[in-house]
Amino acid sequence: MIQATALSKTYRVAEKQPGLQGTLRHLLRRRYRDVAAVQGVSFNIEPGEIVGFLGPNRAVKTTPLKMLSGLIHPTGGELSVAGHRPERRQSAFLEQITLVMGNKQQLIWDLPPLDSIRVNAAVYGIDDQEAKRRIDELAEMLELGEELHRPVRKLSLGQRMKAELLASLLHRPKVLFLDEPTLGLDVTAQARVREFLAAYNRRYGATILLTSHYMGDITALCERVLLIHQGELFHDGELEALTNRLAPQRQVRLELQQAYPREAFEGYGVVESHQEHQVLLLVERKQLTETVAALLNRFPVVDLEVNDPPIEELMRGLFRAAAAPEQA
Amino acid sequence: MNRRARPGIARLQVARQLITTQYAYMLEYRAEIALWALSGVLPLIMLGVWQGSGAAQRAGLTQAQLSHYFVAAFLVRQFTVVWLIHVFEEDTLSGKLSPYLLQPLQPLWRYFAAHLAEQATRVPFVLLMLLGLALLNPSLLWLPSATQLLLGAAAIWSAFILRFLLQTLASMLCFWSERAAALDRLLLIPYLFLSGLVAPLETFPEPVRRLALATPFPAMVDFPARLLCGEPVDVAKGFAVIALWCLVLALPCRWLWCRGIRRYGAMGA
Repeated sequence: MIQATALSKTYRVAEKQPGLQGTLRHLLRRRYRDVAAVQGVSFNIEPGEIVGFLGPNRAVKTTPLKMLSGLIHPTGGELSVAGHRPERRQSAFLEQITLVMGNKQQLIWDLPPLDSIRVNAAVYGIDDQEAKRRIDELAEMLELGEELHRPVRKLSLGQRMKAELLASLLHRPKVLFLDEPTLGLDVTAQARVREFLAAYNRRYGATILLTSHYMGDITALCERVLLIHQGELFHDGELEALTNRLAPQRQVRLELQQAYPREAFEGYGVVESHQEHQVLLLVERKQLTETVAALLNRFPVVDLEVNDPPIEELMRGLFRAAAAPEQA
Repeated sequence: MNRRARPGIARLQVARQLITTQYAYMLEYRAEIALWALSGVLPLIMLGVWQGSGAAQRAGLTQAQLSHYFVAAFLVRQFTVVWLIHVFEEDTLSGKLSPYLLQPLQPLWRYFAAHLAEQATRVPFVLLMLLGLALLNPSLLWLPSATQLLLGAAAIWSAFILRFLLQTLASMLCFWSERAAALDRLLLIPYLFLSGLVAPLETFPEPVRRLALATPFPAMVDFPARLLCGEPVDVAKGFAVIALWCLVLALPCRWLWCRGIRRYGAMGA
């Protein structure tokens, strides 16, 4: 459904020093810097897949979506979405895709969502009867009712996002690009949007590409993630594989009947924290089973817990490590 | 797959839906539109200035011809207002253009429909202003024949399309400059002076009149106003000039759109 080969996007950014001197220099001899948001990224996405895009900041995550939807032109490489080159923005292509942006809306602010939705129906050539059927169906899936008749400005953020989704999916696109679809929503609304997207994917076999800074969206929806790091594709695969790659160790938390000195645990792994009855160890994944067995054998364990470090923390560590030399 | 209406019907449905939705939107801002309509009284002010000066009589225009011309120019001005560049600039800079670009409809049609809806919203206010003029001084108004009215309406609408295309051309520069709307202020000067909005073209010195006629501006006010108030005009030539200028402007618009859209950064989106 989607093929990207050696995809690159470089932005040219003007640089200006502060102060009067900097202003005059900027006016007379402007200096630019090329910033590579994406460089040489290749991937294939099969029909029906739900894939998450991860990156250090919003610009990096959003750039591939903008290129895939045809909004911006790649600097290099080849792209094919549903058999079309997105940058040509042919009608046959646009009829198969949609891009939902959490921070931008297509609904007309002062009118009820239904007015904007009817315009969309006409633009996509859907006749009135069919449009009504689809609106009813999607409204039921999204639990939207009389909200469709209220001016958009009077709707809550969650209701507005659901109405945005309805407007964006009326033409039943085969490919959904979702840029922060749950941005600013409360926990209940986030869960509802996730459930809806999963249901839409199941019902219509749509391919979904998603960016979100809520890892909950990614873990709940995406079987596969693409992580772009320093402009390049760092990881393409399951989220669990990414966790394994970023954290080759697992956390083993022990609660003991009696206190032991720190040294007693050093042979089992890295002692991350040590309090009287509680110990947190980092243990190599390969040695996890035998280490846990040995710990249980030697110490009077009241409780034992094995965890992966949170993915947000792991990614923060990765991006921070990359940013450190730049800042130095 | 989408259940499609036949292409011709589908286009009509899009036009109908765009215009009715935009009309509903404009009605939300009816007070603002009433103020815009009020602000378009420049031709009526110019009528007052010219009536007192006697210069029109020296140019061979009677008092009635002069007043009818400026009232017609007032009507033309009311229905040829174009503000495209200001919204297009904002939409390009803020990324609001992005959702329009993702749909299989040239985004400029949305702006065109918004202008038509604004004209429809303006109608009652313009009628009220005409009523006010009739009450103040009935001799300012005249009853045009059905032909005059039809041809005049067609000329006003053609003039609107021409103005829309001229501003579309300027709007395309929004892809290259963040302050392209400043160009509209520059275009306002030749529009005011060469279109016939502040003075009938007959009152211009001959070289200035010839210069004005070589530009698209007289087609935007002078031609439709004269047609509406029953002045002798070459109707076929007037419409042919508008059609020619539309073609001249449409080609670079298309060229600039194709190039500009590649530069669009979808910022803020």
